[in-house]
Formats: sequence, C-alpha cells, structure tokens
Amino acid sequence: MPERENRRLLSGREYIGVDKIDGPLIFVGKTHPVGYRELIECVDKQGNVRLGIVLESSTDIVVVQVFEGTSGLTLPDTRIRFSGKPLTISVSKEMLGRVFNGLGRPIDGGPPQRSDIELDVNGMAINPTARQYPRDFIQTGISVIDGMNTLIRGQKLPIFSGNGLPHNELAAQIARQAKIRGTNTEFAVVFAAMGVKHDVARFFTRSFEESGVLENVALFLSLADDPSIERLITPRTALTLAEHLAFNEDMHVLVIMTDMTNYCESLREISTIRGEIPSRKGYPGYLYSDLAELYERSGMIKGYKGSITSLPILTMPNDDISHPIPDLSGYITEGQIVFEREMDGRGIFPPVAGLPSLSRLMKDGIGEGMTREDHPHLASQLFAAYSYVKDVRNLASVIGEEELTPLDHNYLEFGKEFEQKFVSQRKDEDRSIEQTLDLGWEVLRTLPAEELHRITDEEIEKFYGK
Amino acid sequence: MNDRMIGRVKRVNGPVIEVMGITDAEMFEMVRVGKDNLIGELIKLETDGAVIQVYEDTTGIAPLDPVYGAGMQLSVELGPGMVGTIYDGIQRPLEAIREISEIYIKRGITIPSLNREKKWHFAPSVKQGEHISGGMALGAVRETENVLHKILVPPSDKGILESVVPEGDYTVEDVIAVLKTDAPQQKDLFLMHRWPIRVQRPTQRRLPLDVPLITGQRVIDTLFPVAKGGTVSIPGAFGTGKTMTQQAVAKWCDADIIVYIGCGERGNEITDVLTEFPKLIDPRSGRSLMERTILIANTSNMPVSAREASIYTGITMAEYFRDQGYHVAVMADSTSRWAEALRELSGRMEEMPAEEGFPAYLPTKIAEFYERAGSMETLNGDCGSVTIIGAVSPPGGDFSEPVTQHTKRFIRCFWALDRNLANARHYPAISWLDSYSEYLNDMASWWEQEVSPEWLADRTEIMELLHKEVRLQQVVKLVGPDALPDTQRFILEVCTLFKNAFLQQNAYDKIDMFSVVQKQVKMLHIIVTYWKRGYEAIKNGAVLIKLRKMKVYRDIVKMKFSIPNDNLSGLDKIEARLERSMDQLEALYA
Ligand SMILES: Nc1ncnc2c1ncn2[C@@H]1O[C@H](COP(=O)(O)OP(=O)(O)OP(=O)(O)O)[C@@H](O)[C@H]1O
Ligand SMILES: [Mg+2]
Repeated sequence: MPERENRRLLSGREYIGVDKIDGPLIFVGKTHPVGYRELIECVDKQGNVRLGIVLESSTDIVVVQVFEGTSGLTLPDTRIRFSGKPLTISVSKEMLGRVFNGLGRPIDGGPPQRSDIELDVNGMAINPTARQYPRDFIQTGISVIDGMNTLIRGQKLPIFSGNGLPHNELAAQIARQAKIRGTNTEFAVVFAAMGVKHDVARFFTRSFEESGVLENVALFLSLADDPSIERLITPRTALTLAEHLAFNEDMHVLVIMTDMTNYCESLREISTIRGEIPSRKGYPGYLYSDLAELYERSGMIKGYKGSITSLPILTMPNDDISHPIPDLSGYITEGQIVFEREMDGRGIFPPVAGLPSLSRLMKDGIGEGMTREDHPHLASQLFAAYSYVKDVRNLASVIGEEELTPLDHNYLEFGKEFEQKFVSQRKDEDRSIEQTLDLGWEVLRTLPAEELHRITDEEIEKFYGK
Repeated sequence: MNDRMIGRVKRVNGPVIEVMGITDAEMFEMVRVGKDNLIGELIKLETDGAVIQVYEDTTGIAPLDPVYGAGMQLSVELGPGMVGTIYDGIQRPLEAIREISEIYIKRGITIPSLNREKKWHFAPSVKQGEHISGGMALGAVRETENVLHKILVPPSDKGILESVVPEGDYTVEDVIAVLKTDAPQQKDLFLMHRWPIRVQRPTQRRLPLDVPLITGQRVIDTLFPVAKGGTVSIPGAFGTGKTMTQQAVAKWCDADIIVYIGCGERGNEITDVLTEFPKLIDPRSGRSLMERTILIANTSNMPVSAREASIYTGITMAEYFRDQGYHVAVMADSTSRWAEALRELSGRMEEMPAEEGFPAYLPTKIAEFYERAGSMETLNGDCGSVTIIGAVSPPGGDFSEPVTQHTKRFIRCFWALDRNLANARHYPAISWLDSYSEYLNDMASWWEQEVSPEWLADRTEIMELLHKEVRLQQVVKLVGPDALPDTQRFILEVCTLFKNAFLQQNAYDKIDMFSVVQKQVKMLHIIVTYWKRGYEAIKNGAVLIKLRKMKVYRDIVKMKFSIPNDNLSGLDKIEARLERSMDQLEALYA
C-alpha cells in the first residue's frame, strides 16, 4: 500500500511553526496524515525537547497535547516532530530502586534507563477470560482493614480521604506491613505521585528507606510544581512498569497512586480547553472510562505468577463522597476505604469510617482455610452492630443518653470499645489476623449474645463465650 | 478481504471517525478501517461524508486511511454454539480471542462468532415440498442438556422447501435446506442466520403478562415481583448491590436462558461469573448454570462504542431464543454505562446536548430497548418471553438524574437500592418504601393458585406494617421509644424481625442464597402470625418483653438459614411451636 509506505517515510518529518497554542494544546496545520494518539516531540527555540501526543487528527489540522506544558513556546519557532508510533517507555526490573519523572525519565541523577522492552503506556484491555479471580488474603496488620475490609491480592482498593487526613500514613503502613501469610514473597512497590507536594514524596521515600525496602520501589514523581498535564501520563507510565514486573517478571506489585483528584483535575483542564461538553461539575463525560483504563489494569492473570494490587489515594473535594471523582472511582474499584474527619478529630487512627467502607473481594478470601472460620460472620456482625450504634448515637443526641434503654446503652459502650480498641491502632502496630479477630470478639462481648443475629450458635459457643 | 472501499478517513477523534469521499455506503453498515481492519459501524450519512463509530481503539488511525464497507448492517450470528459462550460487545468470542492474543485483546482480530468446524446433530422436522415461512422451525439441535436449539427460518424468508438434509451432523455453514422463493434464485438455509442488532425481531403478537419470573429472592418474589416478559430497573449508588442482585437472579430465576450483559463494568465480575456459574447447579434441571447462560462482556476499559452496541447484541440473542419458545431473562449491568457511551459518542459528533450532556434522543433509545421485552406468541406459534432487568448507576446515588428518571418512564418494576441499608449491611438493600411493582395484581392469582391462598393478604398486612413503621420511627426520633404504647412498639419489633428474618438474604450462604416459593410463603405466614397473635395478646394485657423473649423467636430469626429448600417441614414445626407459645401466653391473660 502506498499510504503505509508514505507514512513510514513521512513520520519523523519535522514541521517548523505551529498555528495556535492554547494551554497545553498545540494546533498544527498542513501536515502529512498523522495517526491518532501518535507520540510527538516538540522542540522550542532553545532546542529543548518536550513530549506530547496527538489528541485529534484530521486532514486540516492536528491537535497535540504537550505533557511538559507549553510555556515559553512561540508560534513561528516551535518545531514539531511526529514519531509515527504511540508513546512507549522502556521497562526493566532495574527500574526498582530508582526515581523517575511522570514520563519515565530518571530524575535521580543515575544513568538513563535502557532496556529492550518498549511498551505502549496506554496498555490494552485485559481479556476477562484471561483473568484469574483474586482470592489471596493480604494481611496488612491493620484491624479495620484485615477484619472488615480485607485487601485481596490483585484488588483495586482506593482510599477516599480528605485534605489533611492521614492517608499517606495509612498507605505507607500498608506498603510496609503487607504480606501473604505462609509465604515470604515481598511486594515490589510502584509509586506514582500526581501533583502532590515535595514533602509527600519525601515522606514516602523516607518511609520506604526506614523499612529498608527502597531498592524494591520505583517512584514516578510528577509533583505540584511540574506541568499539570504531565500528571495525565504519570499513572500510565507507572502501571506499564507494574504490568511488566507482574506479568513478565512474576512479581507481586503494589501500586500506590496519589492523588487521583489531581489527575482528574488535569483531565478536566484539557477537556475544558478543547471545548468539550462537560457532564457533572465540569468533568468530561469520559472521566469514568478514563479512570477505568487505569484502575482495571490491576488484577491477576491465569497462568501467570505475578499480580497487581492497587491502592489509589484520592482526596474528596469538600469531604463529599458524591463528588464525581470519588463517585466514579467507587463505581470502578472493588470497594473503598473511606476516611472520616470526625474520627480523625477524635484522635482515632486510622480514621476509617465503618459503614461506607467496603471490600468487595473479601468474600472469597476469608474464612476457613484462609483466615479463620469465624471471620465472615464476625465481620458481618461488627458491621451490623456498629450501624445500630450510629442510630443510637443519633437518638441520644435528640432525647439525651438517660432516656435510652439499657440495651441501647450496651450499644453505646460497644461503639466506644470498637472505635478505640479495634479500629484504633499505632502507626507501627502490625496485628496478626488472629489478634484482629480476637479483638473483634472482645469488643462484641459488650453486647448480649441474643443480639448477635448474624452469628451461629456454635460460633457463640466457641468464640464469644471464651 | 472482499469488502469494497467506501471512502477515506478525514478526521479521527477517539472512536468517532469522519469519512470523506463516500460512494455507496448504507446506514448502520458494518465497516473496516485502516490497515488493521478495525471494526466499525456507519452511524451518520451525508451527501459526501459519513461518520462511523469504531469498536476498537483507534490509536494510529490517520487521515486518508481507507474505509471498507461489509455490505451488511452490524449483525449477530444466531445458531447453535451460543449457550455457555462469552462474547464481547460485538459478539466476538473472547475465549477464542484469547487463544490468539493471550492476556490482552489486540486490535483487528476477526473470528467468527459461531464455531465453523464444530458439527451439530440436526434432526429436521419439515419435509420437502412444505410451505414454510419466517420464524418456523426446520428442526432442532441439542445444544446443551438443557437447551434444545430450534433451527429457525430467518424471519424475512418464505417459500416452498426444495430439499432438506436427512438427520445428521452438520456445521453452521453446511446447507441444511433449500428454499424456493418468489425471487428467481433459490435460497440456501443453514443452522445459523444473521440478524441486525438494532432491529427488533418480529413476532405474531404480544401476550398478557401474568406469570411471575421466580427469582428465589424473597424481597423480590414476595414484595416486588416481576412478570415473565416484564421490565425492571435496579438503580443504586456504587456498592449497594446491583451486580449482586442481578447475579443472584441470573443464578436462581426460573428462566430457560440467561443473557448476562456486563456493559462497562468490572473485568473481575465477569471472571467471577465465569468461574462460579459452571460450578453451580441449576436446581430445576440439575445441570450446570453455565449451560443456560450467554455472557456478553464489554468491561469498562474496553472500547466505549462497543459498550453501546453490547446492549443490542444481547437483546437480539435473547429475542432469538424467545422465538424458539423459551423464557429468557436479560441482565444489563449497567445501562448507565451504555447511556454514557451514547453521550460520549454524541459529544464527539458535536451534537446538541440535552440534560447533563446526554443527547436529546436518550429517552427514545431507552424506550426502544425496554420495548424489546415482552411475552410473545412467536412466528412459530410458541409462547416465549424476554424479561429485561437493567441496572442503573446514578451519579452520586441521586435518582433524579436523567437515566434513572427516563428509565422509570418505560419500566414497570422498580427495585430501588438504598445506600443506608447497604451501609448497615442489610442485603439485598432493596428499599421496601421506594420500590414498586406494577405487576403485583396480575401475579396474585398465580400465587394463589400455585402456592398459597393467603399470599396476597399476608403480603398486604406486612406492607402496611412497614409503612406504619416509618411514621412511628419519626415519633421515636423525637421522643424516644418509651413514649409509644406497647401495641405500637410491637409494630417496630415485628418490622425489625421481618427485616432481619425475611428481607435480608445472604447471597453467600448455601441455604439462604435462594428460597423456593413455598418457603417464602411459609416464612411470611409465620411472621404475620407472630404479629397478629402477639398484637391480640398485648391488647389483652401481655407485656412486650414476653413476646420478645419467646424461645421460638430465635428459631424464627434463624429459619432462613436453618430450613433447607428441599425439606420445609421444619417451618411447619416452627409454626406449630409459635401457635403453642401464643396459646400459653393468651392463657396467662385470659
Ligand atoms: N445479597 C447480598 N448478600 C451478601 N452481600 C451482598 C449482597 N448484596 C450486596 N452485597 C455486598 O455488597 C457489595 C457490593 O455489591 P455490588 O457489587 O452488587 O454493588 P453494585 O451496586 O453493583 O456496585 P457498582 O455500581 O459499583 O458496580 C458486594 O461486594 C457484597 O459484599
Ligand atoms: Mg456492579
């Protein structure tokens, strides 16, 4: 085909001067036929190279998005080179222990990263028939997670937090303590920072350093003072490495992505500049699909040893869980750990809200042979009782505690014990699952046995009566 | 590829491609784009240009790339081999794709939807010389132990049979009959035929809906039943149980065929169905549930335009089995993702948006989809039905948004999922206050004849209590429960009991995961008896605490877990014990 041949020859051709620059977007007219999502290089007057991709291509004009921003570019002097291929990064196991920018270029002063394996950062959709349903229990040592919102290897379980809440501490604690019981497989950590401040990056680096795992961590940093548009590619670069480690190198990978809210805001920025019709709160209608392209890259594959477990962190604007960012994330991920400001105010760490938090994959990873036989009913009973506590507290705030029935007083007591003994723990406390479950029974003992509708008589006998 | 070139790419914007220099394309024609032969569909036609939506990732497509037309509308292949198979949104078999491209779904893969090599044992039921017309059965193939696949004449064909093959083994491409039509040429018939997904398959007439689809889920069957051929919407915020409810219905309902459409949802949920269904045994046929299930998976990370098509692919397959005289239940999870796909495509085509960016034709599209449900007399003279159960995922859990609101206009059964119930782990979190079923009255006679004459009265009694409870709870919130007289506090007690012992149903419990209708009516009757007799006792002076402390109370709370579906005698014993305890109580205050 002549077209194809032409394209190969034409790609690499450089155009001097562009038609329009609008925010991070550059418009170039009269080009050869350019492929959708093709990688470009944009060279400024000084000869500095920035990367970008094609967002729209037509016979008249090509719209290009530049990841490193467009500041300092001029119309006549900007040169654009089309590469004829999508954005790829070269990946290898040696990337662990290193620090990169959002596009995967080293920023730790070390040598450039080289490898024969070049992967398209956009990845591809996993065939659902190739997936292995995740069911291996990860012990995080944190009771409210292990006991009630169990993390499973291959799961995507985000932390829905708010500004100033200790989500980084929790994520770092999980990364330090996570283990599969009865094995000594370690997790490699791929960390993607989008638009967070330097001290957040430093906090994680220090935490990894202190626990001596830094050589098992690859960091991709696109910080608050980096061009906002780079954030759009950062999680993709990070996940591409994670996929390589998991499915080519048989590793178990934990991906921490923070802060997804900044990512979504960059997406909104681009969408607004392009004049797209927004859906809610100015976010583009494809925010759901775009987030799904990231979140769905976690999981396990039949016949492959590795796995990708992801812990995206997002701060809920105004602590509002119905805001499009947490809302759409919740529709894609396999549960969520939700933080509550009020609990944080009362000094409870981790301030995990009991009721809106959920792990959808826990059902197949807990119980006999996996954690302990009493786990499913115990968790269900703790949820039910704690939910009643919330009702009683509301009632008490209206009619006064004195007016409550004796049983309701039991529930108040239970609520207190539950929050202070079970949920609350030190930032370096690593509880075994048995400790967690025993604690669960201990706090349940503040309630009479007849109240425990979700527990079988045998379990009452065996665990409650102790 | 013997397709003809119909134009060249002018502009690429995600899955939407503008084409120039159009020659002879037809609306909704299936097309191929570029050197990778990406599959697409022509969705807008102008004098010189056209717009196509592409069902695969368009990375690398460039202006001037050629566009080929396939000469037919986007269609599905209908014939033996569909049951137990998992397809993507445009009916490509995902297992077969995996053999070619391993973990990921690569682009431009062309695999026939139905296996071309496999031979099926076909037994004809027609003879040479017979007059036949569209929708008539030519014979049958036993596709699985459960499914006798009737081979239908394509709905648009009719004529005299020139020849029919003898009973034997044939592939879907072997000619099994030859038809002499009005046209000059004869027409070959096969075990399969094609049908365009956007066109409803014809039937003789609609039949009234008067038989329930039994789902084994108590809150559904007893409180908000759906008819075979009915339409249901399940709206709910994330994590409230839409998928779980649909999977439970897909597992246990008494339909013959299940079409499960994972439309823009999670990959692992599909994997879950794929691993679990083959292991589960259908209580009625004793066979694996996978032997009656067709899966369509277009997960959230798969191309958005194929998500739009997946709904039609699924419903067309469902209609095809209905035309064979089967009762088919379609689960669509989630129709919101389909609506969002419409919105995205419409936005990229720069159409004028209506509410929240959705195109103005959204309600029409929703209506057209639900119109394809129904109980029908088929062209072959059988009776078959398609029930549609569609999940809706309202942003922020707010039911006033366009998709929920428009869907509500076209469905007749509404299972509203409640965030607070889900948070309290009351599952299924179907709200007894916001949900409704317009089929209720039409179902009553079936229940009375087939199950129990008391059903409607008991149901009405308990629904009244649940509504009274709401008012009483408002009082309690202001002044505390002690302010209420015992008769009213007893209402609160009974409602709590009913919620715990009856409405909550654990999808993971071996016994509780489904309840046969006889179990449901008995459980309901026991709770209503507890209410009626307890109320009398309180009026006669009994104190509330005595009712709560009755030994049988705990048996009632646990009966859903303790009494298996295949031996309900335990429920009769509980009922007898309850009556006895009440007699004793009454004797105290006589
Ligand atoms: N009947 C049930 N029995 C036990 N658990 C249930 C039941 N229904 C829902 N759940 C619990 O609720 C969780 C969420 O349910 P589900 O995945 O069906 O929600 P959803 O409404 O489909 O959410 P999304 O919109 O995000 O897909 C499940 O993982 C399970 O833990
Ligand atoms: Mg769901």
